[in-house]
Amino acid sequence: MLRVEEKQEINFSADLLNKCGEIVGRYPEGKQKSALLPILHEVQAVYGWVSPEAMDKVAEFLDIQPIEVYEVATFYTMFFLKPQGKYVLEVCRTGPCCLVGAEKIMDYIGEKLGVKEGEVTEDGLFSYRGVECLAACGYAPVLQIGPEYTFYENLTKESVDQLIEDLKKKN
Amino acid sequence: MGRKLLLEHINVPGINTFEVYREKGGYKAVEKAIKTMSTDDVIEEVKKSGLRGRGGAGFPTGMKWSFLAKPEGVPRYLVCNADESEPGTFKDRYLMTHIPHALIEGMIVASYALGANTSYIYVRGEMMPQIRILEKAIAEAKAAGFLGENILGSGYHLELYVQPGGGAYICGEETALLESLEGKRGNPRIKPPFPAIAGLYGCPTVVNNVESIATTVPIINIGGEEYAKIGVGRSTGTKLISASGNINKPGVYEIELGVTVEDFIYSDEYCGGIANGKKLKAVVAGGSSVPILPANLILNTINGEKRLMTYESLSDGGFATGTMLGSGGFVVFDEDQCIVRNTWNFSRFYHHESCGQCSPCREGTGWMEKVLHRLEYGHGKMSDIDLLVDVSKKIEGNTICPLGDAAAWPVASAIRHFRDEFEWHVTHPELAVKQNYGLAHYADPLPAPVEA
Ligand SMILES: Cc1cc2nc3c(=O)[nH]c(=O)nc-3n(C[C@H](O)[C@H](O)[C@H](O)COP(=O)(O)O)c2cc1C
Ligand code: SF4
Ligand code: FES
Repeated sequence: MLRVEEKQEINFSADLLNKCGEIVGRYPEGKQKSALLPILHEVQAVYGWVSPEAMDKVAEFLDIQPIEVYEVATFYTMFFLKPQGKYVLEVCRTGPCCLVGAEKIMDYIGEKLGVKEGEVTEDGLFSYRGVECLAACGYAPVLQIGPEYTFYENLTKESVDQLIEDLKKKN
Repeated sequence: MGRKLLLEHINVPGINTFEVYREKGGYKAVEKAIKTMSTDDVIEEVKKSGLRGRGGAGFPTGMKWSFLAKPEGVPRYLVCNADESEPGTFKDRYLMTHIPHALIEGMIVASYALGANTSYIYVRGEMMPQIRILEKAIAEAKAAGFLGENILGSGYHLELYVQPGGGAYICGEETALLESLEGKRGNPRIKPPFPAIAGLYGCPTVVNNVESIATTVPIINIGGEEYAKIGVGRSTGTKLISASGNINKPGVYEIELGVTVEDFIYSDEYCGGIANGKKLKAVVAGGSSVPILPANLILNTINGEKRLMTYESLSDGGFATGTMLGSGGFVVFDEDQCIVRNTWNFSRFYHHESCGQCSPCREGTGWMEKVLHRLEYGHGKMSDIDLLVDVSKKIEGNTICPLGDAAAWPVASAIRHFRDEFEWHVTHPELAVKQNYGLAHYADPLPAPVEA
């Protein structure tokens, strides 16, 4: 699981360090470990995933053991332990969404990108995966794209085409 | 039109900003509570209102508040549960997106009542846009003097922070949520001790759902007694219902508790009927964890009375013929839906979300997923159906937290009410992968055979 894909040289920017410092300030003295999840989100927003080196840095920053960071990062599904496509299309695949065609939309995305769930397209831009109920069942089918978790609702094949086109144009 | 307390101003442009929210009477509950009421007065009003927790379990909020331990010199915490991950439920996201100040105002009222000086809103990590919205609302409220030091000159001080989760359904369970907020894996704690005695950082803590906390605002504004006049019996007030599935108008509706299920599904005020002129097959009334009911049993109780959208009426008949209001995640299935497939999908969900601490839940959910998968894909045996019932019974009641029950009930109820559809999957394996079983006799007024 913690096999290194490519060893990362990690130096948190002053910006990121400031942000982390601000987060630690939200908790009582000595409870800085509470900052772990918010900080992992910040780290992932910068690097696109959380590498073992980044986790070690977080442990050092919070003055906790590296294992305390690994066990958390591996428990929560939002943290990527491997590099991903620049845009990860996360499609809800839970019951209520499936009642109105989520499975078909997910298959269509796979077909369109020409990759399997979890794989990255050759240009490095896209990957996709199924995720569980996103609390948007009334606007199904839905997908989200991190790190800001923008939502795309009431998806159709046409709106998926459009979305992928728009994202490609941005690059 | 039913009375609206939470969503009254939902369509007012700019209601997500402090100015407009304030113009519409916002933050009056904070003023009233802090300036004219003692903390016990506030708790008393909430008790009188009869408000029951909107997160799923329906435990009376005022009572929960009065259980909070108050040892000298130990901080107390209020933690808002905004983890909203129960499949079928999306009301909290809606409220936070459109009227974030309703939650912030409720957090101030509730924190004041509980004597908390630091409170957290634990929001599921995927709701990053809502996290930004709440952070902005908090900054606005603080700038206006409703948060921070010496609120409204009362000497009361409160800091409010938003905490993101990491994508784990189990963190909606209150003790898992507290673990997560402490920066750990979301493993539920063994109770007792309850959070009211030892919660966040070992200190007395109240965990409440977003809607419960936001509802304290109208309760303080109109008074607990007035609030309790809305609704039926012990189901007082209004409730947000998330409606999804095969209906004409999916969305979030605020209902007065007590409207009939039939009206809720078919009237234009709410779901607007089944989409595409299809027939109603089944409903999951309170989020994926509650028993699924066929059309006949969701519209009427076993005694032929019209079923109401209340805690009591929905659970009439117990687990044999009833269900639960739960979180108000109302999922509607039309005649084209496959019950076996949906049950498999839900089992996969619970298996995926099990934290893995207890073997009945960790192994049982995986087992059920596997057996349901083979039934759905035409490789099932007749004995698999009883096997599923057996596994679900062995999970139920034998785990640390209620996720085990939540995984068992959908399977047990689907087989109880739709056994013939499961059997058809075994006897017609080729057909089962190509087409659906359809409506069969479920819309009949005659109940399916039950075993209590
Ligand atoms: C597996 C599981 C998931 C839960 N998810 C949520 C949730 O997403 N939101 C919520 O408010 N309550 C959830 N709950 C219920 C909480 O444990 C708790 O009862 C609730 O937050 C209390 O708030 P209330 O009294 O205001 O309803 C969940 C419970 C379990 C067992
Ligand atoms: S019932 Fe399941 S989710 Fe709950 S503590 Fe046990 S293993 Fe974890
Ligand atoms: S089931 Fe897809 S958002 Fe809820």
